[in-house]
Amino acid sequence: MGMAVTHAIASGMGGMRAAGDLVARMQISRGMKINEAKAYVAEKMKVAVSDLTDPVIMNEAREDLNLGLLHPHAGSPKCMEAKFNIAELLDIDINCVNRFRERASL
Amino acid sequence: MEKILTRYGDGTPVEMSVDDIRRDLEEGSEDAAERGRISTLAKDELDHLFDIFSSPHRFIGVEPGKEVVLSYDGSPIKMLRAQVNVDRLQCLQIYEKLLGADTLEMGHMDYSFKPIKPIVTYEQPLLEQVLSVTTAPVFYGAMPNLGLYSQPDGPFPNPSELIPQGKIEEAMQSYEAAVDDAVADIVYVSSAMYESGADAIILDTVGAAGDADFLAGLKATAILKEKYPGICIELGMAGEFVLGMHSELTWEGVRLAGLYAHEQVKLAEKAGVTIFGPVCNTNTSESTPWNMARAITFMKACCEEATIPVHVNMGMGVGGMTVNDHPPLDVASRASKAMVEICRLDGL
Repeated sequence: MGMAVTHAIASGMGGMRAAGDLVARMQISRGMKINEAKAYVAEKMKVAVSDLTDPVIMNEAREDLNLGLLHPHAGSPKCMEAKFNIAELLDIDINCVNRFRERASL
Repeated sequence: MEKILTRYGDGTPVEMSVDDIRRDLEEGSEDAAERGRISTLAKDELDHLFDIFSSPHRFIGVEPGKEVVLSYDGSPIKMLRAQVNVDRLQCLQIYEKLLGADTLEMGHMDYSFKPIKPIVTYEQPLLEQVLSVTTAPVFYGAMPNLGLYSQPDGPFPNPSELIPQGKIEEAMQSYEAAVDDAVADIVYVSSAMYESGADAIILDTVGAAGDADFLAGLKATAILKEKYPGICIELGMAGEFVLGMHSELTWEGVRLAGLYAHEQVKLAEKAGVTIFGPVCNTNTSESTPWNMARAITFMKACCEEATIPVHVNMGMGVGGMTVNDHPPLDVASRASKAMVEICRLDGL
């Protein structure tokens, strides 16, 4: 586990603490290189690129945009619900969201 | 003379002089350049590496703004190995909520496509549950592991027994037959997991059994990409160059044996790989500065060639990391920072 923790603190984007999961989605869905992916997510969230790894700023931005929180409140979008909102905000297909929509006949 | 604390490739601490550190940085880079026929690191890059290794701090990280996306391999296995008794679903929640993971990776304890095939219908509903209780992208990973296709573990004659007997043709035919079976297994399992909603598939430790193993990874990727144009495939390598166990296998007219990371990535792109994970192996009897300079020289050449995102492998024993179950934070954090800042990576 030391390896995962070391990289997360030394070099990672912070995952859901910040916007690491969102930047990762642009690499996954569009094959974007890191700087392009960061710029794309920042523009969609209307924040600066430098804000993407700031847990304080990103917690507020994620809450405002309903993108899922590290410590979700009662009634706030979580997990699959948040992924519906992420797909819409980033204008990408998320595989499990599409399949959920199909299976739930939404 | 001032001494700098660093470590050997096996993690053992060692104090080195400034001159010794600088010499190891230069020699590590030269070793990679000579083997890969690539450029050595420039003076300013070697100076930056020296600054990183001479930092007095026990833990260091990248400059703000240079952070990269992290992807993983065998995540649940690592928690089970430490005998933390959580199911894979809880394991991935821990990675997401407590370890700052940018992506999650669900893999089976027997982390190869062949043994997963008969139980894939048990893997699918668990993945579907994981996807319903996590937010970060979920990868499903396994290895081609061509070793499982030769006797006594598989159906084909064992090339490692045939080659010493001089039965070269028979060994080559065995590898070729194994490629076909492995491709079928990779496509079967990956299709099932993608249709259950996986955000991406990881083909991990590709090339572990040599050029036939790499060929299986490339062929399976091309088939999956044609079948599911939107699929994301991360292809992570096993070693810094492709072992020529068969030696004459080609893909798209390129001989696979002996390819280094900067050449592997071009074939990965042609096959339809979305994210490429190159490897440089750690030499346990050399210092971490030597190993890091060597690894960064290889990985920088790969990043310069790549048009797709590159996530360099930096687990135990690769990417300049020490070969030890307990990575020391001093050199591990230095390695993480150095690799990201000099190679301008997309991820680790």
